[in-house]
Amino acid sequence: MDIELVLAGFLAAAVRIATPLLLAATGELINERAGVMNLGLEGAMLAGALAAAIGSVAGGPWLGVLVGVGAGFLVAGIFGAVVIGAGAQQIIAGTAVTMGSIGLTGMVARTAFGPEGPGLTIPTFGPLPIPVLREIPVVGPALFEQSLLTYLSWLLVPVSGWFLFHTFPGLSLRASGESALAARAAGVPVDRVRMLATLGGGALGGLAGASLVLAQVGTFAERMTAGRGFIAIAIVVLGRWRPGGVLLAALLFGGAGALQFAFQALGLEVPYQLFLAMPYGLALLALAGVGGWGRSNAPRELGR
Amino acid sequence: MKTLPVRATATAGLALLAGFAVLAIVLHLAGYDALLAIGALFRGAFGSTDAFVSATLVRAVPLIILGLGIALAFRAGALNIGAEGQLYAGAIAATWIGLQVGSWPAPLAVAAVWSGAAVAGAMWIVLPVLLRLRFGVLEVISTLLLNFAAEAAVSYAVTGPLRESSGTYPQSDPIAASARLPVLPGSRLHLGIAAAVVLAIVLWVLFSRTVWGFRLRAAGLGPRAAEISGRIPVKRVLGVALLWSGALAGLGGGVEVSGVTYSLFQNLSPGYGFAAIAVALLARLHPIGVVVSGVLFGALEAGAQGMQREAGVPAVAVAVAEAVVIIAVLLAEAAARRSPSRQPATPVAPG
Repeated sequence: MDIELVLAGFLAAAVRIATPLLLAATGELINERAGVMNLGLEGAMLAGALAAAIGSVAGGPWLGVLVGVGAGFLVAGIFGAVVIGAGAQQIIAGTAVTMGSIGLTGMVARTAFGPEGPGLTIPTFGPLPIPVLREIPVVGPALFEQSLLTYLSWLLVPVSGWFLFHTFPGLSLRASGESALAARAAGVPVDRVRMLATLGGGALGGLAGASLVLAQVGTFAERMTAGRGFIAIAIVVLGRWRPGGVLLAALLFGGAGALQFAFQALGLEVPYQLFLAMPYGLALLALAGVGGWGRSNAPRELGR
Repeated sequence: MKTLPVRATATAGLALLAGFAVLAIVLHLAGYDALLAIGALFRGAFGSTDAFVSATLVRAVPLIILGLGIALAFRAGALNIGAEGQLYAGAIAATWIGLQVGSWPAPLAVAAVWSGAAVAGAMWIVLPVLLRLRFGVLEVISTLLLNFAAEAAVSYAVTGPLRESSGTYPQSDPIAASARLPVLPGSRLHLGIAAAVVLAIVLWVLFSRTVWGFRLRAAGLGPRAAEISGRIPVKRVLGVALLWSGALAGLGGGVEVSGVTYSLFQNLSPGYGFAAIAVALLARLHPIGVVVSGVLFGALEAGAQGMQREAGVPAVAVAVAEAVVIIAVLLAEAAARRSPSRQPATPVAPG
C-alpha cells in the first residue's frame, strides 16, 4: 500500500471536511468575541445548506452561495432580535432557533425537492488547483487542489485576526465581549455591535452550510449538518477564541472525520458508527482538556 | 392552596397561539393550504376519542416524563439539552433487559426494564455532569453533543449486538411479553400514563414541600446566595439534579419501548427530547403544568401525523410551532424581568 497516497488522500479529505467547520467556527468566533453565544448556528448552517441547494439548482453554485449566506444571515437575525433586541435567554433561544430551522428546512426541502431529495442534480464547485503549489509532494494535492470556498475559508483566518486585533471596530467588538459596561461608558453601541457580530456570524454559518452542500457532499439531505454547528462552537473553545487556534482545531476535526476513509484505505475493519460518534467524543475531550486552563480566555461577557 | 397562576397560564396560552399563527403563515408561504393543514392538525389530535386517547395521550407520556426531567434540571439552574440522547440510552437498556426477562413475572419484568432505563439515562449524563463540576464545561454543549453519540449508539446496537434474529431490518427483536405494559382495552394507551402522572405529583410534592426541593430551587434562583449561606452545596445539588434529569429522560425511553414500540430501532423518537424543552418552559417548570403542556404537545405531535396524512405537510414542520412557543415564553420572561414592579411567576430558565 502506497503510504504516500493514503496520507495525501487523508490530508485532502481532512481539509475538505474541515472547511464548513472552519467557516462556521470563524463566524461563531466573531459573535462570541462580542459576547454572544449563538446556539442557533446549527440552524443557520442548515438553512444555508438548503438555500444553497435551491439557489444552485436555480442559477448555479454562485447563486447558491449568495442565497446560502442570506439564509444564514436571516436565521441569525431572528436569533439576534430575540436575544439582543428583547433580552431573552441566549442558550435556550439558540436551541429554539435551531429547532425551528430543522422544522422549516424539513418542510421546504420536501416542497422543493420532493421526498427523494435532489440527489445529484445540484451544480457544485469543482476543485480549483493552484498551479505551482500543487506539485509539492503529499502536501501539494492535499492543500492546493481544493475548492474556492476552502481557499476562502483560509483567507478568512488572517482577515478575521486582523479585523479583531488591529482595527477599531474589532476593538469595539472585543470590548463588548469583555465588559459591556466599560464599552458603553466609552461610547460603544454595545447592542448594535453585538447584533452586527451575530449577523456576521450567521452569514458565515450560512456560507458554511453552502460549502457543505456545494463543495463537500454535493447534495442536500434533511438534517445533514448533523450537529456541525455545535461542533463549531466546541472548535471556538478549543481554539481559545483566536482565529489561528480555530483553524488548527477545525483541521483536527477534519482529520477525525477523514479517519474513516484512511481506515478503509488501510483495510481496517471498524464499525462505521465509531467514526460517526468520534467527532462528538473528540469535541467533549477537547472541551474538557481546554476547560481547565483555556476557559480563562473566554470573553467575560459570554453567555450572560 | 395556591390560586391558579393566571399570568403564567395566559402567557402559555398566548405562546401557543403565536406558535400556531407562525406555523400557519409559514405553511401558507410554502404553498400549502394552511387552513386545511391546521384543521388536519386539530383533527389528528382531538378529532375523535380514539385520536385523543391513542394518539395524543400516548405521545404525551414521554413528553411529560422528559418534561419533568428537564424542568427539574432547569429549576436547579442546569440546562439539560440532551434528553433526546438520554432517552435513547434508556431505550437501548430497556430493549436489552426486555429481551432477557421473558421468564419473569410481569411486574418484576417491567420494574427491571424501567429501572434499567433510568440508570442508563443517568449514566448518559454522568460525563456532562463531571465535565461541568470538574472543568466548568457548559452542560448545554456536552449534553447536546451526546445526543448525536446516542444516535450512533442506537445505530450500532440495531445493526450489531441487538439486531433481530432474522437479520432483515436494522431493528431489535420484540421484547418479551412480560416486559410489555398493559394497555387500556380498545386503545394504545398504556400504563406509562399513570407513571407520568404519579411522577408529576411526586415532583410537585418534592419541589414545594421538602428540604431537598427547597435547596434545588434556591440553587437555581440564586446560586451565589445559596453558596454563601453555607447550607446549600450548590455543586452537589446541580449534579444530583442533572443525574435525576437524565434518569427521567432514560425512563421515558424505557416507557416508550415497553409501552409503544416493544423494540429498538433508529429514529424511535420524533424529537421528544427537544419538544420536552418546550413542554417544560410552557409549563413554567411546574410539575402539574408539565402534565397539561405535555398533553398539549402530545396533541401537536399527533396532529402533525394527521397533517401529514391529510394535507401532505411533512410532520417535522410542527417543530416550527414548538420553536415559536419556546421563543414566545422566553420573550415573556424577558419582559417580566425588565419590569421592576413585577416578580416573574416562576423561573422559566436558568440565567
